[in-house]
Amino acid sequence: MAELRLLTLYPEQMNIYADRGNVIFLERRCRWRGIGFSSAAAGIGEGFDPDEHDLIYIGGGQDRDQRMVAADLVATKRVAFAAALAGGAAALAVCGGYQLLGTSYELGGERIEGLGIAPLHTVREPGPRLTGNVSIEVDLGSGPRILAGFENHGGRTYIDAGGVPLGRVLHGHGNNGRDGREGIVLGNLLGTYLHGPLLPKNAWLADELIARAIARREGRRPELRPLDDRIEDAAHAGAIRAAERTRA
Amino acid sequence: MTATGSSRRPRAGSGGSGRGLFAAKVAAARAVGALSRRSGRGGGTTLPGRLLLRAAPDALGRLAARLQGPRTVISATNGKTTTAGMLAAVLDAAGRRPVHNRAGSNMAWGVATALIEGGGDEGLFEVDEAWLPRIVDDLSPTLLVLGNLFRDQLDRYGELERLADEWAATIAAREGRTGFVLNADDPLIADLGRDRDLRRRDGVTFFGIEDPDQAVAELQHAFDAKHCRRCGAPYRYERAFVGHLGHYLCPGCGADRPAPDVCATAVELRGIEGSAFTVRTPAGELAIDLPIPGLYNVYNALAAIAAAERLEVPFELIRAGLGSVRAAFGRVETIAVGGRALSIMLIKNPAGANEVLRTLELEAERAGAGIDLWIALNDGIADGRDVSWVWDADFELLADRVRRVHCAGTRAAEIALRLKYAGWPTDRIEIADGIAASLDRALAAAGDRLFALPTYTALIELRTLLARRGLAAEFWR
Repeated sequence: MAELRLLTLYPEQMNIYADRGNVIFLERRCRWRGIGFSSAAAGIGEGFDPDEHDLIYIGGGQDRDQRMVAADLVATKRVAFAAALAGGAAALAVCGGYQLLGTSYELGGERIEGLGIAPLHTVREPGPRLTGNVSIEVDLGSGPRILAGFENHGGRTYIDAGGVPLGRVLHGHGNNGRDGREGIVLGNLLGTYLHGPLLPKNAWLADELIARAIARREGRRPELRPLDDRIEDAAHAGAIRAAERTRA
Repeated sequence: MTATGSSRRPRAGSGGSGRGLFAAKVAAARAVGALSRRSGRGGGTTLPGRLLLRAAPDALGRLAARLQGPRTVISATNGKTTTAGMLAAVLDAAGRRPVHNRAGSNMAWGVATALIEGGGDEGLFEVDEAWLPRIVDDLSPTLLVLGNLFRDQLDRYGELERLADEWAATIAAREGRTGFVLNADDPLIADLGRDRDLRRRDGVTFFGIEDPDQAVAELQHAFDAKHCRRCGAPYRYERAFVGHLGHYLCPGCGADRPAPDVCATAVELRGIEGSAFTVRTPAGELAIDLPIPGLYNVYNALAAIAAAERLEVPFELIRAGLGSVRAAFGRVETIAVGGRALSIMLIKNPAGANEVLRTLELEAERAGAGIDLWIALNDGIADGRDVSWVWDADFELLADRVRRVHCAGTRAAEIALRLKYAGWPTDRIEIADGIAASLDRALAAAGDRLFALPTYTALIELRTLLARRGLAAEFWR
């Protein structure tokens, strides 16, 4: 039986916007299809075996927690994270977790070192927090799809040379409110400011991550059995409409 | 101790208007309020304050300074309206009628409106948690009651820790001029009652729950204070009662839960009917019958009791006052609609929703059958535009206890989705957009009682709808 082995990084600290909704969503969709699901966590000071996890998730946290997590990521998880990605694991980094993928980010005037596994950096600029419903157009190889959710970030993220954004902003702010780019994609690593429970609002992305994670161990991309997604589709449409109602 | 002379409150002469002109502005704002209420269009709870603060930015301080008696300010993420209502009922039993922003309009203009209407020489103000640091010096409270801090509407307020830091600065600055009533069981609040060296600040009363039987079996997912504010060490929880409210120790720096001065023992929850408990205070013990349900309302009652003692309300009147309390607007009220009971309970954030879900779990147990529900999730500014929070609330509690649920509101499908993934059978979930049509369908399908769980703006819509049908008083009355 196929199995999805999920690793959540810092579930104690990086969970501020109901990130557990993503885990619940992945678990149910696997179980309904008869796909095994196991979930592990790595917190402060804990390393992990890069071969034992097919999907890595890191969510958003409060400033103080994020500072602590940044130092710990670099000290105890950078090597394993990079090795897991090199070995074909998929990863989703959201909000604060997304910022930490980059080379650096700023917090209270201080420049903090990030994981440095994605070509991006995050700075502070004058102006309000970038908050609101957001929708972006994403193409992960199977044609354009819409990703819709909510963003709430003080930092402005810029993609460095060679980097590819996850999507193009349709409504909302995106990485920095200026260049129309949102998130980053680097092979099986996805980063985005669409925070908290974004997978429930975008079932197609959840299934894409499940397929990529399983492909890592099976050696080929599985055919996922379709589910009755009427409520999922309605929630997706509702999130898109909410983004369309926002200005900009 | 801080010198009390260096008040930062704005005064006449510092950009404000002279006494005669100010009185004219107050009179004009009051007239607008009366007019707006008479026209029935609502808005009477904030409009006069808005107008006056625009004409005289220092009005709040000037009006509050006129109050000769005590000025009590209440803030919390959850329960501030209810706590203020409880304290008002207790003061009422003692024949005291404070100036009180009882409509729950708790930002600067709501408080200003209550002051413009006047009518008493003491003040009782419920203040929004983010507004508290901004207007506390204007109101210059003699007593500050702080109930809890939970994650709520993060799109409006930024992060919880920032708010806690602002509150800490507020308390430190007011020590010596203000008395404090603080929740010992919320580490974010209790810690405000101690200075840097863990010395108890002057004038603090702590309250808390001392009944281990009320602890939840496991810590909830929406858990907001895992780490000590002082040293960052994870708290060790002996037990938790509501969200992160409970008995905790800090193994790092010793910032443990302080022993409460006012505490509830022998709590008995009676479903939606209410609860009974014994309260222990420095003045003795008292048996309380609380006609509104849930352990969270026991916390609200403790805050009101501790405040009433500080306000020198005679002991026996506290009991009488609490017995007469009605739930605040939309926080558990039951209205007869077409031969069925419609019980309305506001949900607005994970901690509050979890307590509503616990009360409903008790109701389902008592009924011995599945319950009928109507849930309306809106994403207006007053609801919090970010509906992510529904994934942090423990809807799993009711997975096999629901006969039928109707989902409504601007984000009806999102709440339906949450219920599906909480294990609720999909053939019992119905989605409709419109509040009115959906409520009617839910009522038609329900047994004797329908539980309605609206977010804030959905509650306003619901109340307006019921008022139009002649079933409920409109909220600003």
